[in-house]
Formats: sequence, structure tokens, C-alpha cells
Amino acid sequence: MNFNATLIGQMITFGLLVLFTMKYVWPPIIQAMQDRQKRIADGLASAERGVHEQELAQAKAAQMLKEAKQQAADIVAQANKRANEIIEQSKLDARVEGSRQLAAAQAEIEQEVNRAREQLRGQVVNLAVAGAGKILKREVDEAANAAMLDDLVAQL
Amino acid sequence: MSTPCFFSISLGALFLWLFMKAAKSATSGVPGPLQNFCEIMVDFVDTQVKDSFHGRNPVIAPLALTIFVWVFLWNAMDLVPVDLLPSIAGLFGIHYLRSVPSTDLNSTFGMSISVLLLVYYYSIKVKGPVHFAMEVLTHPFGKWLMPFNLLLRIVEDLAKPISLGLRLFGNLYAGELIFILIALLPWWIQFTLGWPWAVFHILVITLQAFIFMVLTIVYLSMAHEDH
Repeated sequence: MNFNATLIGQMITFGLLVLFTMKYVWPPIIQAMQDRQKRIADGLASAERGVHEQELAQAKAAQMLKEAKQQAADIVAQANKRANEIIEQSKLDARVEGSRQLAAAQAEIEQEVNRAREQLRGQVVNLAVAGAGKILKREVDEAANAAMLDDLVAQL
Repeated sequence: MSTPCFFSISLGALFLWLFMKAAKSATSGVPGPLQNFCEIMVDFVDTQVKDSFHGRNPVIAPLALTIFVWVFLWNAMDLVPVDLLPSIAGLFGIHYLRSVPSTDLNSTFGMSISVLLLVYYYSIKVKGPVHFAMEVLTHPFGKWLMPFNLLLRIVEDLAKPISLGLRLFGNLYAGELIFILIALLPWWIQFTLGWPWAVFHILVITLQAFIFMVLTIVYLSMAHEDH
């Protein structure tokens, strides 16, 4: 087969077909392909974003956990301190109370001793009076001697 | 080597090279234009397979993809001006050239008979030889009409490759014939008929490739199922 005018006609037809394809067939296909590409890109981007956001959230959660732990530790430390304070305070109170009670007891004891001493004194006076009465074997003017005896008692 | 055979193999190689190139540089990120195109094709074929094939067979989808793209490329040769390639070949001393493989019965029947062989292979593999023989002999009239069943089955299985091959061949041969007839008109008037026919053929070549693929899937699907 040789080149002839028929081939030219066929080439014209082919050219028109190519034009038609370029105008009406190609664009929708390319559009679909680009849409698909864009969809994939968007999907990947949003996945990336999701991962990033998750990382951020995780970091935030870790931060919050750390803060909470810190706070808890602070509270525990404070509580410990307070407990120590209370213990110290009660120790102090106990000591004060103890010494107060000690002082009271001592005062009571002293009082008792004094009272006993007074009684003893009285009895000594009586004894002395009785003794003196027996020694003298005579009437003694009690009123005259009382002042002297009181003086004696005060010296005891 | 006959010329349809040469074009057929060339187009097959083109398909393989193109898709292999896309597959080798495939990325799980945003696909490039070639990968995007190949993914669309694979997606499309995969959807078709999933719609009509319910068994489990890793061969079906690649087979369907190969048939679709290859037949499409065969048919697409129809849009090249009918006298262009023969004229060029004429310069090199080849005086008989048929550039559209699907206008050659050998190509279309080669493919449809391959499909039939696959149908038999999977029928026997999936159902087992005994079950398959029983099905051939007792379906659809029961065991008392065995010869008729066998006869019916033979007709049925002959009809598959013949209808597959002849449909593709007939459509494309007729199309090519019309192009040749149009080429007999005076050159300045040819485009008035040639252009609409070519535009129409964009549809035909895609449709024929699609039909061939879908029927292949359906036949193989039938091979996997009990009647």
C-alpha cells in the first residue's frame, strides 16, 4: 500500500478525534484523577494531623500527670509537716501540763508538810505545857506563860 | 510472525511495562500520576471482581485486570488511522499489515479459549474430579438423562469461548471495516463520517474490553460455585 490522498483524509479525521478527546474525554478523566490524588493527600494530611494532635494530647496528659504528682507530693509533705508540728505542739503541751501538775503536787505536798508541821507544833506546845506542868507540880498561870510559849512555838 | 501477533505482544508488553513501573515506584503516600492511574484501574477491576465473584481466588483479579487493559489496548489500535501503520510498514517492504489484534480471530479466540481452560481448571480444582463429572453428567435433568446432560454441557461450554471471542472480533472487525469503507470516500469528505464513528468507537472499545473482562469473571465465578 502506498501513500495517497486517503491517508490525508484519515489523518484529518484522526486529528479531529484527538481534538474531541482533548476537549471532552481527557478533562473529566484528569479531573477524576486529580480529585483522587487530592483526596489521598487530604486523607494523609489529616492522618498526620491526627497523629500530631494525639502526640500533643499525650504530652499534655503527661504534663498534667506530672503536675498532679507534684501536687500530691506537696500535699503529703505539708501534711507530714503539719503532723510533726502537731506532735511537737502536743509534746510541748504535755511537758507544760506535766510541769504544771508537778508544781501543783509539790505545792500540795508543801501544804501538807506545813499542816503537819502546824499540828506537830501544836502538839509540841501541849507536850511542852504538860511537861512543864509536871515539872513545876504547881499551878502555873497559863495566861502569863502563853505569850512566852507562843514565842517558843514561833521559834520551832 | 503475523502482524496481529506482533502488535498484540507489543501492547501486552506495554501494559506490563507500564504497570510494573508504577508498581515498582509505588508509594504509600500521595501517588504520582502514573501510580494514580494504575491504582484507579486496579480499583475499578477489583470492584468488578468483588461484585460478581464471591469465591476466594488470587488469580481472578490480576487476570481480569490483564484482560481489561490488554483488550482495551488491542481495541485502541482501531482509532489509529486505518492506512497509517500499513503505509509505514509498506515503506519497509511489508505489504500486508493488520494493526488491530482484536480484528484477528486468532487473538480473540486465543484469549477466550484460555479463559475456558481456566474455567475447566478451576472447576475441577475446586469441586474435585468426581463432583465435577457428576455435575457434567447429572445437571440439569438428573441421572436418567445423562447423554442429554452431557450434550447440553458441551454446547454450553462451547458457547462460552465462541461468544466471547466472536463478540470482540465481530465488534472490532465491523468497526475496522467501516473505517476502511470510510477510507474509500474522497479524502476531503472522510472526516464527516470518520469523526463520529471514531468518537463512537471510544465507547465501543472500552465497552468491549469491559464486557470481555466481566464475562471472564462471571464464567470463573460459575466455575467456583455449585449449580
